[in-house]
Formats: sequence, C-alpha cells, structure tokens
Amino acid sequence: MLHIVKKEVPKTREKIIVRLSAVLAALAVASIIVLVAGANPLELYIGIVQGCFGSLYRFAATIEKMVPLLVLSLGVLVAFKMRFWNIGAEGQFLMGAVGTTLVVRLLPDLPLPVMLVLMIIVSFLFGAVWLMIPAFFKARFGTNETLFTLMLNYIALTLVTALQYDFWKDPAANGMPKIANLPENALLPSAGGFNLSILMAVIIVLAMYYFMNRSKIGFEIAVLGESENTARYIGINVTRTIIIAALVSGGLCGMVGMMQTTGVSGALSTEITGGLGFTAIIVAWLSGLKVPFVVVNSFAFAVLLQGASYIQTAFQIPGSVAEMIQAIILFFILGSEFVLQYRLVSDKTKSEVA
Amino acid sequence: MNNEYVVKMENITKVFGKVKALDHVEFSLKKGEVHAILGENGAGKSSLMNVLNGIYMPDEGQIEVKGQPVNISSPKIALDLGIGMLPQHYKLVDVFSAMENVAAGSRKTSPFLNKKKILDEMGKLIDQLGMDINPNKKVYEMSVAEKQSLEIFKVLYRGADILILDEPTAVLTPQEINNLFEIVKKMVATGCSVIIITHKLEEVMEISDRITIMRKGTTIQTVNKEETTPQELAGMMVGDVMELNVPYVSVERGQKCLEVKDITAIDRNKVHILDHVSFDLYAGEILGVAGIAGSGQKELCEGIAGLYHIKSGEIIFEGENIVGKNPEKISQMGISLSFVPEDRLGMGLVSSMDIIDNVLLKDYRNKKGLGISREVSRDKAEALVERLNVSTPAIENHAVSLLSGGNIQKVLLGREIELEPKLLVTAYATRGLDVGSSQIIYDLLNEQKVKMKPIMYVGEDLDVLMSLCDRIMVLCEGRVTGIVDPKKTTKEAIGLMMSGVRSEGEEACSIS
Repeated sequence: MLHIVKKEVPKTREKIIVRLSAVLAALAVASIIVLVAGANPLELYIGIVQGCFGSLYRFAATIEKMVPLLVLSLGVLVAFKMRFWNIGAEGQFLMGAVGTTLVVRLLPDLPLPVMLVLMIIVSFLFGAVWLMIPAFFKARFGTNETLFTLMLNYIALTLVTALQYDFWKDPAANGMPKIANLPENALLPSAGGFNLSILMAVIIVLAMYYFMNRSKIGFEIAVLGESENTARYIGINVTRTIIIAALVSGGLCGMVGMMQTTGVSGALSTEITGGLGFTAIIVAWLSGLKVPFVVVNSFAFAVLLQGASYIQTAFQIPGSVAEMIQAIILFFILGSEFVLQYRLVSDKTKSEVA
Repeated sequence: MNNEYVVKMENITKVFGKVKALDHVEFSLKKGEVHAILGENGAGKSSLMNVLNGIYMPDEGQIEVKGQPVNISSPKIALDLGIGMLPQHYKLVDVFSAMENVAAGSRKTSPFLNKKKILDEMGKLIDQLGMDINPNKKVYEMSVAEKQSLEIFKVLYRGADILILDEPTAVLTPQEINNLFEIVKKMVATGCSVIIITHKLEEVMEISDRITIMRKGTTIQTVNKEETTPQELAGMMVGDVMELNVPYVSVERGQKCLEVKDITAIDRNKVHILDHVSFDLYAGEILGVAGIAGSGQKELCEGIAGLYHIKSGEIIFEGENIVGKNPEKISQMGISLSFVPEDRLGMGLVSSMDIIDNVLLKDYRNKKGLGISREVSRDKAEALVERLNVSTPAIENHAVSLLSGGNIQKVLLGREIELEPKLLVTAYATRGLDVGSSQIIYDLLNEQKVKMKPIMYVGEDLDVLMSLCDRIMVLCEGRVTGIVDPKKTTKEAIGLMMSGVRSEGEEACSIS
C-alpha cells in the first residue's frame, strides 16, 4: 500500500524544474482542447505571446491587467501572512470603488490632483473598514473570518447592484442600468495606454516590501501568523496587530477599486472586479506570501489573461477555450505543489520515514 | 480469567532517528484481563501501544494476536483483529449526535443511514455495559467524560475486544474515574481484554490484574497485582539512581527572589490545574520541578510569565505582585521563560524563521522608530552559534525547524541567557537531546547559578533533577506534594510524591 509522506523543503532548482514541467505538461494537455476547437496549438501559443508583447499597445494592456491583480495580491498577502484568511478582496475592491464614486458625486468640481488624492484616501478607508468589521469580530469574539469576509463580498456586490440599478442610476443612459461615467477631472492621467496606476503600483510594491520585511509591525504580523503563543510570549499586542494588518490588507484592496474605476472602466459597475479578488488569493499563495514573487506571478497571470482575450479575436476561438487553457495551466501548477511537498512511499519503507 | 493469551508481543524494537523508543520489549495480554502499563514519560508506553495499533511498524519483533502471527500495518487492520485504541485526543464530530458519530466510519453501515437499526444495536450494547450515553445528544453538549464514553463505545461498537486506553483518567474527576472503571469491569466480564496506560499507582492497584513496568524503552517486569505494592512499583518505575555526569555546583544560596503564595488556576475543563501552590526561589539556586506530565508545570511556568490566568494568590518578584501584569511588562522586569513544549517550537521560537529572526524576536523592540534592523541580531546570532556550538548550515534563511532538537534548544536557551534575565524559568530544556548537548545545557544553567541567578528548572528525568538541583518541588495534579532536598531523599520517595503521596515534613520550612 502507498502512503503520502511530507518531504523535506525542496531546493530552488527543483522548484523551478517542477513548475516549468508543470506548465509544459499543461500546455500539452491543453493542446487537445485547442485541436478539438479547430486551431493549431503551436500557433495559438505563439499567438498568446504575441498578444501580450506583440506591440506597445498590447504590452500596455498586459500591464493594465497586471496592476490590479498585483495590488490585490499584496493586500491579501498581508492578511494571509498573519493566517487571517481574507477571502473578501472582491468586496473590499467593490467598496473602494464605491468610495471613489462617492467622492466624485459629492465633490464633482475638485481639481484633478486633489480629486485623485482624496479618492485614494477614501477608497483605502472604504476597503479597510470592510475588512475591519470581520477583523474586529475575530479579535473580540473569535469569529471565523473566512466565512465573514466571504459573506461581505455578497453584501458589497448587492450594494453596488442597488446603486447601479436604482440610487445612482444614470438618468442620461436611456434607461440602461448604469452609473454615469466619471468626469475628466476624476480620471487617472495616462500616456500611450499606460496610466498612472502603474506608478502607484510601483510605490505600493516598494512600500509593502519594506512593510513586510523591514518594519516592526510586519515582523509582528509574521510572528503572530506563525504562532499566537510566541507572539503573546514576546509581548505582542495581538488585537492591535490584527487590526493594523486588516487595515493595510483591506485598504490596499480598496485602493484597487479606485485604480480600476478611474483608470480602466471609468465608472462603477457590478462587473468591475472581474473575479480578480479571488484570483489574487491564488497569486498570493503561489508566491509563498513573498512580495517579489507576487510581482512575478501577477505578471504571469496577466499574460494568461491578456493572451486569452487576444487569441479569442485573433484565432476566432470561443472565449471558453481560452479560459479552459488558463484553468488547465493553473490546475497543473497547483498540482505540482503536491509533488514538491509530498512523496509517496510504499509500506516497506514506511518505518524509516515515520 | 484464564491463561489464554490474546496478544503476544516479542522482541519489539522501534527506532526513531537515533533514539531507541522501544528496545526488545516483551508484552502479553491474557483474555479477560485488565493489564496496566506503568512508566514515566518517555518510557515507551505509548510507542508500544502504537505498534500494537498499527500506527508504528516495529523495526524488529513479532506480534501474535489470538494465536496467529500478524503484521499490523494500519489501525484498520488492527481493528479487523479486534484491537481498538482510545485516542488521547478525541476524534469526534462536534455537531453530530452520539449516534451519528458511531455510525460515521463504521463499516457496518450501508451507504444509507439506518438510524433505527443502529439505535437498536447501540441500545443493547449500552444496556450491557451500563454506559451513560444518550444517542441523540450532540457532542458539543457533552462533558469530557461523556465524550470519552462515546469514544470507548465507538471502538466497541466496531467490534473490538482488545481495548487500549491511553491515559484515560488524566482528564477525569474522581467520580468519573469510578464510572470509567465500572465500565472497564463490565467490559472484561463480557470477554474483552483491556490494556490501560497510566502512571497513577493507586489506579493501577485498583483496576488492573497484571502490571507491566516500562522504563526508557524496555520492559522491566510484568507482575501480578496481588504480589506487589505501590512502593515496589514506584521503585521499578523510576529505577536505580544512575551515575550521571550532571555536575552539581555548590553555591552559597543568596536572598529570596521569587515568592509564590498560594496560587490557584483553573483550566478549560474547570479542573484546578494549579491548586494552592506556594514556594520560594532564591538567588544562586536551581529549583527543580518534578511531576508527571500535565501536573501543572506548564501552567506554573506560564503563570509566572503572565501567560496563564492566575485565579487567586500572589507571585512576588522584587517586592511587587506580578499576578495580572501582561507578559510584556513581566518580561521587561527581567523574568525570562524558556519553555519547550512537546513540539519544541510552540513557544519562544518561530519555527519557520531563521536564527537571526528568532534572536530578533526579543530584540526588535529596543530599536527606535518603525523599522527593524537585523544587524545587531546577526552579531548576536553569530556569537550564540559559536559559543554554544550550534550546528547549523546558516544563521540566515535556514528555518530553525530544520535544526535538530538539540540545536533548537541551544538557540532558545542561549538567546534567553544572552538577555541577562533576573529570573530564568526553563522547562524540559534537555528533552530529546543527546548526552553531549544536554551537557552544554547543564553547564549553561550552572554558569547562571554561579552568577547568583535564581533558576526554576522543570524536568522529566529524575536522575538529572536529583543531581542538578538544589531543591526539588514535586507537583501532582496541581498540588505541591513536597519540596525536598535531593541529597536527603530517594528516588522512590519522589516517585511516590509524583503519584500523589505527600511528603512528610522534609524541608517544611520552605513550604510554610
């Protein structure tokens, strides 16, 4: 009989080899689906690369997809580092977008720089509050944050639906349920398809790297995540640390709401998140909760997303095929984690391992 | 009872790494008997039973069950042979009722739950054993004793007639223990055989027919209850005083540093885990704390460090009552706790971090501002590794969990000592260490003693406690059963105190 046994931490070399082979194997399997859909797999894969890097415009589109995912993943990372399972990035994202739109509605005539700064602050606070609610209940009453944050996603989504279909419905949209586009003085400046949110993302990455690796509070978050006993033993204020981590985590996710509304979609809507809040969980996890790897993996995911949308139009294949390719690659990479962490042994060798 | 053997284990050896957990152990169980396995912590009792239950595969040895040689490679196979073990930590589904827990995983059930049939069967078995189980009660509404009954019932329901109870009484009140023993007696009357692991002598004398004493991975002897006495058992359990190379350093004891007055603490099960504990600790002495695992040592250490809630009583340190102060404050006053729990990394060290970060744990607050600096900690970590001869490939990017147990201990204790604490509380500092590493730890402690530091040393090995310490306090079920001078007492006497027999008068002056 075979048993599953945890093995020692793999070397970096082994990790790279295993993951690369996972991607290759995934592409091989995906080829079958591509063939069924009536396209040439090799051409299609080259198409993905072209779709992402083929021109400056396409590259800008890739980066545009990377930025929100990157910031969301960093937000999720902060909470996960503390073993606080924030599944609510979607909701915080939406609330940030609501906050952004609220600023414009209340103060529509602010000059652009003031408007942007105010929107950043408000979206951060909206996202932060949305995560502080479950964080408070967790710290105070020990409630389960996984369910709590998940539920808040639906509340946020329903709130946006209500705004879109009723309270903030644009009267000029001929009865279409849509919220009015933001005015010029509330849009992120952009040049050649690259908008200001890229700069914001760079600053956030650097700040988060410092926060997680070089700051007292980041260190405390990591200790608390590893062992609450140790944290208490060295005198960390557990409640305070949970609250601060939730503030940063929710706040970052909220800021993405601002970046997407003002930089990409131009208006708040129920579709604004595109499920990125959940994808961010995968990215943060695959990156081993380390900031530099989050950057790399967000880029890899953005390539998949952008490549998929490009091949749909370029190869005339259904969008679902592109999504299937994405899912297969993801499935193989997640599966390879198992290979990296466990091995199978037969009964005969079991006693040496036990 | 007859002389038919249902279990025979011969020459069982099991090695973990370098440690021989079981060394050519012999064990046999007769049909219809209650057989107690007696021994100190780490004697190999649980390991032996894990072999019988198919959790460990022995490296050597034969097992016969009901006359047939068998190879038990999983608990499932053990259960097929009629061997069932009561887990130390209950594995019940809280939101299920008793009946649902019994049905879950039982191979008697078809894919569909036949509640009526199961209830009928349960009813019969419950009547037969006189157990107090309400099949419809949810597990989360049950007391610890009820959960235990349910676990026993589950094993029996699945057809086990050889039942292993691993320290079943540790979590029970005296009344509940009586109930449990009643059930055990009824089980035996219906033809079951029972193995009970314990270290409580009185219980052994009450319930068992035969007793096997284990010590340091070997069987010392199997005796009939009628032919022995608690004193003899205690003697066999602790063994002769061994020649150990644990140096005692003679130091003129200084002033009183810590005064613990009548402290009481209650655990989650509302049991008095510390029951009116009082003692003093002086500069330049090592006060040993002995006791069976779970007698309140952990809670005492944590209570002093401010990590465990003390319900009543006072702990006076430097003229101030520190009960109720938060851990940060207490640690700033110079009280250091290096507690090594069973998993070694549960407190004090962060297992996934490297040595530098673990040194930083106690350091990072000293730097002003929001940032941390690893430079100072790096120097300290290097010094620590060199001074204590910690064997590690790197102090950076190499998680301490990857180090061997001895090296982990050195890092933990070394870091605490580097901080020059005014009071050192250390528990199980040499647990799992080889002789050489233990030696370094003893030397470290003696060095601190010479510097007139007060040290509290919670230990497991009586031989070590007796040669290292100036005084030994014995705990049993949260009570102090004696504070003795190891030079004026015997191991047997301490062994008896660990089992709850109070010492008479020795060093009474320091208790008062």
